[in-house]
Amino acid sequence: MELSGGEIVIQSLKDEGVEFVFGYPGGCVLHIYDAIFKQKDVQHVLVRHEQGATHAADGYARSSGKPGVVLVTSGPGATNAVTGIATAYMDSIPMVVITGQVPRPVIGTDAFQEVDTVGITRPCVKHNFLVKDVADIAVTMKKAFFLATSGRPGPVVVDIPKDITDPAIKVPYHYPEEVSMRSYKPTVSGNIGQTRKAVKLIQAANRPVIYSGGGVILGEASAELTQLCHTLNFPVTQTLMGLGAFPGTDPMSMGMLGMHGTYEANMAMHDSDLIIAIGARFDDRVTGKIAEFCPHAKIIHIDVDPASISKTINVDVPIVGQVKPILLDMLAQLESLNETFDRARIGDWWNQIEEWRAVDGMAYDKTTGTIKPQYVIEQMYKVTKGEAFVTSDVGQHQMFAAQYYPFDKPRRWINSGGLGTMGFGLPAAMGVKFAHPDADVACVTGEGSIQMCLQELSTMLQYDTPVKIINLNNGYLGMVRQWQEFTYKSRYSHSYMDALPDFKKLAEAYGHVGMQITKKEDVEPALREAFAMKDRTVFLDFLTDREENVYPMIQSGKAHNDMVMAPSSKYKKESS
Amino acid sequence: MSRQHIISLLLENEAGALSRVAGLFSARAYNIESLTVAPTQDITLSRLTLVTVGSDETVEQIKKQLNKLIDVVKLIDLSESFSLERELVLVKVKKNDAIVQKIEALEGDSLARITDETDGYLIIELSGETIWLNEFLSSLENELIEVVRTGVIGLSRGERALTL
Repeated sequence: MELSGGEIVIQSLKDEGVEFVFGYPGGCVLHIYDAIFKQKDVQHVLVRHEQGATHAADGYARSSGKPGVVLVTSGPGATNAVTGIATAYMDSIPMVVITGQVPRPVIGTDAFQEVDTVGITRPCVKHNFLVKDVADIAVTMKKAFFLATSGRPGPVVVDIPKDITDPAIKVPYHYPEEVSMRSYKPTVSGNIGQTRKAVKLIQAANRPVIYSGGGVILGEASAELTQLCHTLNFPVTQTLMGLGAFPGTDPMSMGMLGMHGTYEANMAMHDSDLIIAIGARFDDRVTGKIAEFCPHAKIIHIDVDPASISKTINVDVPIVGQVKPILLDMLAQLESLNETFDRARIGDWWNQIEEWRAVDGMAYDKTTGTIKPQYVIEQMYKVTKGEAFVTSDVGQHQMFAAQYYPFDKPRRWINSGGLGTMGFGLPAAMGVKFAHPDADVACVTGEGSIQMCLQELSTMLQYDTPVKIINLNNGYLGMVRQWQEFTYKSRYSHSYMDALPDFKKLAEAYGHVGMQITKKEDVEPALREAFAMKDRTVFLDFLTDREENVYPMIQSGKAHNDMVMAPSSKYKKESS
Repeated sequence: MSRQHIISLLLENEAGALSRVAGLFSARAYNIESLTVAPTQDITLSRLTLVTVGSDETVEQIKKQLNKLIDVVKLIDLSESFSLERELVLVKVKKNDAIVQKIEALEGDSLARITDETDGYLIIELSGETIWLNEFLSSLENELIEVVRTGVIGLSRGERALTL
């Protein structure tokens, strides 16, 4: 079969089993777009901004486990995609981004819409390619998908000059079944000797904590993690990226840890004598002050990326490899021990944890008549029966969603944890809807974040991807305001939002349903009404308590046992 | 405790491979004292040697991050084994008897020679270990007009080798 370069790009996607490409046309990708026009297998989704394309592909990838695919033009098309590429890179999301490039003869001449895409994206991709020959397109596409989806996943950029996609130049097409690269051999199974050492530490532990992260979800190891936790009866805390890998409603779950983690999770980390870190990377938002991180604990660290081992925190037993085979190995070793790991074995530890839990560190004032943002999330949990896919933007609303919507399944909680990208939530929700057309999808956002990628409301109408937008509107850039309250004596420097649009009318202008909710008693009925409209996107603009804070909070540079607690928690009553 | 490491690596001979290595050092705020790269007998590979200074933990992380780069095929830390290191230096000085004598005294060791003499100016070619070169250059401090160095290259001694 002889194909042109443009056709090879699309045929490669077909052979890779790609369903959707999120993209935006432009000069340097017109040949590729012509190839798209002539086929029906790969569906193209026309976004309204290239950032939206990358976030939508990202949401698709996070919720489905399949790689997200993006197609944008050269120059501004590529630079607009960079924020979304960096977002995917920080959270290890598999993505292949095809960028048009100016024709080879004019590369380097500052041609119209030329940028050095490979240079600009280099620090925020797993790898990138500039394809220089039409005969190399197919094998490069294969390598891109292989790199994006194997080992520690990540985005891969394939930059393709326009002249090698010319319809007049045809070459024989062959898409390789598999590809091997001498310089890239990701580790799969872990070292059994290391796992044996880990099991010894587990046997000796009195105050263990399982600390699991996004790697468990990426590694499809939720079932194994859950089995390990239930075998050991050890308390579990999950990172922002890991929520849902272990059921959030399970009594053994202590919730999230870190800067806005629960009191019990952070206190348990601090007092623990054994941390079992699984697919987590000791991010600074998790560790707090490095020098006082888990001072009494031995640390086991399971991770597919050797560079994550002892990067910021020295670990005692590293196990490099994919989480799933390592956990299966660990479970087999534990079973052969014939030892009982019931709750009573670490009864004192559990009693201590229950005491901390009873403090209810993130309690909020339920007596006030204003709409508390936490209340909206709780009601949303009730209305969706905890089954929705929830995306979020970045800020207070993100933390409230993570705290008050316990996820029992992996891939249901979709947020930009590493890069913290405002504007992520709405296009990501659209991407989720492409992967799960029948599921309830909610985008929890704020009036700041939502305005960063608002234009995708138009794409959502065009492709009929109904989501529910939960706008926690307090008129402030809430998290910035909270930091300013805590560390800048409430000097609210540019953290307010003036001249906000009428979101109800705005949603209606885009052809969606808009609602504004100003009274607490209307919260639940509005949510019920919105989620009952299965085929419509509904924008719910909740005017919430203006100065609510996210608690608990470990302030920058503080240790796990040094939290600012919610005024409504029992902690305050005990200490005052 | 910080110390110097000489890291040598085989790199895919692809456009942009060098910028991935250099970019890693700037992006992660690692030190880089010298870097030298050239093709090998295998045209698909380049050999890159770099000198960095850092604590054991930092250098360990540097090596892991380098290994993570897709274009890095293989890596060796020459400082971890018994190795030979060399650096080539070209020095321009104004000719005088003292310098000529100094160079001639060294010539027996093949470490230094006068390679060029033009219009009363000499180009001296020196090769050796960095420490020796630094000492020699500081002994000529007031005479130096121009100095150019290749950066360190090295091989481990004995059977150990960086090959595919």
